[in-house]
Amino acid sequence: MKNLSSEEIVQYFNDKFKEKIKDARIEKRSAGSKKKEFFNIWFKIDKSIFKEAINHLCEIQFPHFAVISGNDIGENIELVYHFSVYYGVRLKEISINISVEVPKSNLKIESICDIIPGALISEREIQEMLGVTVEGIPDNRRIFLIGNIPEGVYPWRKDEKGPQKLVRDMYE
Amino acid sequence: MSEKTTYTLPIGPIHPALKEPVAFEFEIEGEKIVGVDLKVGHVHRAIEWIGTQRNPIQIIYLAERICGICNICHPLAFSRAVENIANIEVPERAEYIRTIMAELERIHSHILWAGVAAHEIGFDTVLHLSWAVREKVLDLIEYLTGNRITKAVFTIGGVRRDITKDQYPTINKALNYYKENLGVLVNTFLDDKTIQMRSKNCGILTEEDALKLCAVGPTTRASGIKKDVRVDQAYCAYGDLDIKVMTPDIVTGEVNGDVYDRIVVRLLEVEQSVDLIEQCLDKLPSGDLVAEPKIPKLLATLKKTEGEGIGRAEAPRGEVIHYVKLDGKNEAPYTWKVRAPTYNNLLAWIPMLMGEQIADIPIVAASTDPCMSCTNRVTVIRNNKKEILDNEELHRLSIEKTRRFAR
Repeated sequence: MKNLSSEEIVQYFNDKFKEKIKDARIEKRSAGSKKKEFFNIWFKIDKSIFKEAINHLCEIQFPHFAVISGNDIGENIELVYHFSVYYGVRLKEISINISVEVPKSNLKIESICDIIPGALISEREIQEMLGVTVEGIPDNRRIFLIGNIPEGVYPWRKDEKGPQKLVRDMYE
Repeated sequence: MSEKTTYTLPIGPIHPALKEPVAFEFEIEGEKIVGVDLKVGHVHRAIEWIGTQRNPIQIIYLAERICGICNICHPLAFSRAVENIANIEVPERAEYIRTIMAELERIHSHILWAGVAAHEIGFDTVLHLSWAVREKVLDLIEYLTGNRITKAVFTIGGVRRDITKDQYPTINKALNYYKENLGVLVNTFLDDKTIQMRSKNCGILTEEDALKLCAVGPTTRASGIKKDVRVDQAYCAYGDLDIKVMTPDIVTGEVNGDVYDRIVVRLLEVEQSVDLIEQCLDKLPSGDLVAEPKIPKLLATLKKTEGEGIGRAEAPRGEVIHYVKLDGKNEAPYTWKVRAPTYNNLLAWIPMLMGEQIADIPIVAASTDPCMSCTNRVTVIRNNKKEILDNEELHRLSIEKTRRFAR
């Protein structure tokens, strides 16, 4: 596949998934004296096409997976998968940030470790930090929270399952 | 047919030199490693949570304390994330000064690592040589920022310290020192027979593994993957500079992805950093240091800003990425996610260590630059009897292996 521009990448996803891609935006930034540009792409995808979208992304180029960020936004948990493509080519790298919302009533997301094995640490992290169940994860153990953090407390959550009580009672 | 028995060798987790202590559990068959498992998180300090209780200016100083060695890349990535959200244009002069600071950090971090690597294989004269060479850059950092380690030069929208013309002679003197003395260090590492024996074909990370496990920094570059944020993306002044990705074939003509290659890449990058700083000093534009010098005004703007953004930077160990979400209601960010380079290099350890010998653990683990001198206490369970191998013992094993080669 020829190298796509950031607009073409958004189009590439829109063509395949139509209305299941939402809020796509391209951030154009520049830096230095020569004002060379770089691009960050952001879009939201429907949970039903999540795995397909990651596969679709891999067809552009095997992406560099950076990390998964998580936001507790009330009824849903928003997971943001940060990728980049076209690394190794001078000033051509494009960051692609794909967010997917998972309802708190059914906190499940598919594992992408079968496509990108390097995502394992991050998937283990969202399991323990947000209480999201990653289906098909090759290693189910906790990773950063070991020791005295009880099960059922999820440090990134803002609701009653968050760490507030744990923090308040820390010195008791 | 006799049944092969394996035993478990736990190593770690705590050593002050580590920014992220790691506990390894090795499955050992004789001297050979046949299984690797790792546990991290022993010093998870909930820094991201603490950050969500503070305003962005305060977070800069918190971010600086995520790591003692790369304390430039975290405030840089965080500032860039916030600047991206709020559309803050950083003045050109500030971009150049940021670049100079980031490269000074790379020089000191890579030479520090070189010393640690030499120490791990029992070559302590080279440790002392490396760290003596490193001292000059710390002096320079102190001269420019007032501090050797936590430099506090970053702020959102710019930098807090200028580099003036009358500082040039001191900077040039230090850079010339490196031009003259790096050669000795490079030759010591690359031409020494013992170092070659200990590091060549040891701890191999194949290109395929590096790609699939999403390794970053010199670890992935030594495996031949051209990935360097400074080259890939125009951030700070890197878009203006003459820079290319350092891979080991530049020196050796081939890519093996072993410990030796990781040494080559880091040493090349030190030379490159000196060159980049010179380019920056040559081109340093005039102008402001910061986009909005009044901090209360800046904070008021950020409080009203809603949005999410990422900031990336190339730390000495690899790509750093920060994700920030501001909700437009509170001063403190709604979410702050920090991804340090070692996070992505953790999984790369597994293929590197598989099949190696116990005495190679220190140098292979150290080769990704997490400072694996964390081997402060090791329990060997052999024939159901517990033997404690301490740091000295394990270090002694490593030295013995070097001596065997040197004979």
